Amino acid sequence: MNIYQEELLDHYENPSNYGTLPNPDISHEEDNPLCGDQIRIDLMIEDDKIKEVRFRGHGCTISLAAASMLTEEIKGKSLDEVKQLSKDDILDMVGIPLGPVRIKCALLGLKVLKTGAYGINCWPGEEDE
Amino acid sequence: MNTSEFRPLDVENIRKDFPIFATEPPLAFLDNAASTQTPRPVVEAMDAYYDTYRSNIHRGIYRISEEATAQYERAREKVAQLINAPRTRQVIFTRNTTESINLIAYSWGTANIREGDEIVLTVMEHHSNLVPWQLLAQRTGAVLRFLEITDEGLLDFTQLREVLTEKTKLVAMGHVSNVLGTINPIQSVIEAAHAVGAKVVVDAAQSVPHFHVDVQQLDCDFLAFSGHKMCGPTGIGVLYGKMELLEEMPPFLGGGSMIRSVERDISSYAELPAKFEAGTPSIAEAIGLGHAVDYITQANLAAIHVHEQELLKYAHQRLKEIEGITLYGPSAPHQKMGVISFNIEGTHPHDVAGILDTHGVAIRAGHHCAQPLMKRLDVIATVRASFYLYNTIEDVDRLYDGLCRTQKLMTRRKQ
Repeated sequence: MNIYQEELLDHYENPSNYGTLPNPDISHEEDNPLCGDQIRIDLMIEDDKIKEVRFRGHGCTISLAAASMLTEEIKGKSLDEVKQLSKDDILDMVGIPLGPVRIKCALLGLKVLKTGAYGINCWPGEEDE
Repeated sequence: MNTSEFRPLDVENIRKDFPIFATEPPLAFLDNAASTQTPRPVVEAMDAYYDTYRSNIHRGIYRISEEATAQYERAREKVAQLINAPRTRQVIFTRNTTESINLIAYSWGTANIREGDEIVLTVMEHHSNLVPWQLLAQRTGAVLRFLEITDEGLLDFTQLREVLTEKTKLVAMGHVSNVLGTINPIQSVIEAAHAVGAKVVVDAAQSVPHFHVDVQQLDCDFLAFSGHKMCGPTGIGVLYGKMELLEEMPPFLGGGSMIRSVERDISSYAELPAKFEAGTPSIAEAIGLGHAVDYITQANLAAIHVHEQELLKYAHQRLKEIEGITLYGPSAPHQKMGVISFNIEGTHPHDVAGILDTHGVAIRAGHHCAQPLMKRLDVIATVRASFYLYNTIEDVDRLYDGLCRTQKLMTRRKQ
């Protein structure tokens, strides 16, 4: 059970904020070409804050659970605050050690968010490369 | 070699040559279609080069360089014998199967393929036997055509006559599918291709390590394989070609070793095989490959094949017991090699691989560099277990146990 903790499996089974928004201010989708995982995030922005968020996609436990956790984290926060979210923040949320391949699974949601909302088009953690 | 007297594999002793299996419980390494483990005799042969006669080959006027050259060329002889090449010079050392196929596509392809010519592939090709032909088609205006597979994962032979025409200049095809394990009827395809005047490239990366492949019997025009899938090191691969084709082909990479004489504006090129081996090659790796050939030949390729078939049959039986499992590829073990691709309903292949890893079982999950085949199977990815001479029934049992646990973990919550 070491790599698949209850909390992770809970998010995978019953993801938070799953679905789409009817008229999103921002909607962005990306996939991880390595494994075919795909995530779309819809955002509704009001006063520079994330008023509503939904995500949708298919993928492994890690990518979907991490995206679910991410949506909980960003809901109600300002765009500036959310922009500061880093690779390490996501890995802390996921809370289990991940190898280099699975790290990309965990970071897919954040990548979708950052590309869609800020046009930052690289994998979190690889910004200065 | 006396083939009439069949000795089964002595797996227990074979495993002693692989320190990686010395842990308790031993690693269940089931990712052999990607890369195999390296036995001590191969590592020791490479160490001996580095420790006692490390030097560049060819033209060295001193003892250890002569020794290195002799060992490098000895490796070529061993490879030539393994595949029954008429002449040792027909064996070109490359980095891997991918480089061998690219060499053919750039050298033979650019010289022989014209706009409107057709290159026939199958939908189950590894990207290494697909992308080089896409690039060639883009450069020349040639057209790619594909042989389809049946739902069982067998080549759709009925289509062959329609696809092969006088426009066909080349057929490039895997001998054994790296995903489904399907053994393709390559001999019949070669005959049919030659009947319309087409040349044939055989991607033998998944066949040469596992059973006896005879290039003269097949009558293939080119054949490519990699050292690292047959107990050899990484960084060394082989291209075999028919003499008249290799002779006519222009060089691929230019540089040292591949020339006869060099003027300011023009050069003349060396004889085979040097013409296609520009620059200092992977010397230690070639020597290692030669010893890997010795290793699998001594173990006996026929015995390796029988052993893998036994593991495959057993694995088929056990895996079928698992609820929600889908096995891809031929159901009859004799139509395939020791490769099993599968999915467990409701569980992503990466999750299966991740959980199996925590139980000491190494398998591969993903598209296996065969994305068109994944589309054909209508899956995003699969889980793949693949066997080699050192695998055991216990390895299969541990795969089965790990899959049962995966299944429990991922589905109990849905009840």
